[in-house]
Amino acid sequence: MKLKWILLPAAIVFALWLPFGLYPAVAVEILCWALFAVSIDLLLGYVGLLSFGHAAFWGASAYATGLIAINWDWPFPLAVLSGAVVATLIAVPVGYLAVKRTGIYFAMVTLAFAQMVYVIANKWSSLTGGENGLQSVPRTITDNFYFYYAALPIVVLGLLLAWRIVHSPFGRVLVAIRDNPSRARALGYPVHRYKLLAFMLSAFLAGLGGGLFAMGHRFVSLDVLHWTTSGKAVIVVVLGGIGTLWGGVLGAAIITRLEDFLSFSGFDQIGLVTGGIFVLAVLLFRAGVWGTLAKIPARLSRR
Amino acid sequence: MLDIENLSASYGEAQVLRGVSMSAGKGEVVTLCGRNGAGKTTLLRCVMGLLPYTGRVSLDGNDLARKASYQRARLGVGWVPDDRGTYATLTVAESLSLRVSKDGWPLQRVYDAFPNLYARRASAATKLSGGEQQMLALARVLRMGSRLMLCDEPTEGLSPLLVEQVGAILRQAKEHGVTVLLVEQNLHFAATVADKYYLLAEGEVRPTTPDDKELLTYLGV
Repeated sequence: MKLKWILLPAAIVFALWLPFGLYPAVAVEILCWALFAVSIDLLLGYVGLLSFGHAAFWGASAYATGLIAINWDWPFPLAVLSGAVVATLIAVPVGYLAVKRTGIYFAMVTLAFAQMVYVIANKWSSLTGGENGLQSVPRTITDNFYFYYAALPIVVLGLLLAWRIVHSPFGRVLVAIRDNPSRARALGYPVHRYKLLAFMLSAFLAGLGGGLFAMGHRFVSLDVLHWTTSGKAVIVVVLGGIGTLWGGVLGAAIITRLEDFLSFSGFDQIGLVTGGIFVLAVLLFRAGVWGTLAKIPARLSRR
Repeated sequence: MLDIENLSASYGEAQVLRGVSMSAGKGEVVTLCGRNGAGKTTLLRCVMGLLPYTGRVSLDGNDLARKASYQRARLGVGWVPDDRGTYATLTVAESLSLRVSKDGWPLQRVYDAFPNLYARRASAATKLSGGEQQMLALARVLRMGSRLMLCDEPTEGLSPLLVEQVGAILRQAKEHGVTVLLVEQNLHFAATVADKYYLLAEGEVRPTTPDDKELLTYLGV
């Protein structure tokens, strides 16, 4: 029997059990970060582009979702979807300029744009609340326990979308572009256009996560747009395993649970611990937790 | 079919090609000879649109100057690069499913021609031998149904049996009206497929023949 037929039901049971085993607000946070991490992995793992500015899409969607909920009182799935669309629209000009560069230059361009979005959100306080953020985002499902189950289908759909993308002919072209861009061009693929589309899809997924994050917390602070948020998402993906897709979900669960544990135990230098874990992951198991675990069955069968 | 007129290209201040002019008719195999570093690969990359150049490259009379490399590929230009250009993480079957044209070879025909690729269809390109990677690069272009194949030393590092197989494939392509611009140092192999020869030396090109003494001396044969 293939391993995936054991892992899939196990993952479903685990996802359904999570708010029983954890503080429900933490479970909701894991869901949001899982989507965010998968959005980063879609770009980093499958197109080879390290975005250091994805907080712009996560945060812009959080603000958009919060504003829609406050001003128009739309049902939360619609507000979250609208937030993700706003994030995707912002990704068009950013991606158009960024995908023409690769490596460190791509990372710097995305970081610069994200900082611009951060400054705009900070200065435009009449809309965003500035440093105070958006307070009291309304939510009809007030209990986090039930909100988790309302948010879960959106996250599952987002994850399925990511899975479908990487397993489609489009996803194969993305991998071909990552492996050998000039050869992909010579095969007739407009590389920049493909990268831009992947960037927009990634921003959409990050936006879904960001919108849920706003609804989950019922407030939006400027932190959602800060560059450290982008950095944390990259750490989550590296820890989970780059190019594994589900590694991001695992990384999100580990980091979020760890941060929750540390903050409750009174340890206030959380960054030291997550940074240390990041260093260990890079030095000792570059394939990340998921990538390392995935290799075990093959190693066992070789013995 | 392919006309190159007065083509010049450089890397920074180093000029590699100086006013190169040559042509290849429909169904012709044109071999480009020259020492390492003569600019043969540069010329193919210019035709593919992967390097900037001055001069004119035209396909069936249409200037390709404003066409990006992906547009040239869609017009029927196929590239078999010297580094084999395979995709490290895609399997053979996935690689062969990219950019397929109705004019190209069906998958079964590719597998019939390259039984090794069929046997290794679930393997990633990095797990293939050099010869198999070369087969894959050639098979990819055949799947596209290219009208013009730019083959950069397709026999390099191949066993004599595989070299013969590549020759048979190129002859088949030629019979179907495909034009081949072949960069090749192996003159014995080139003689089995080529219709015309050019020598590229000091950035300039001139017609030649496989028994041209100057060519043989230049290549050290």
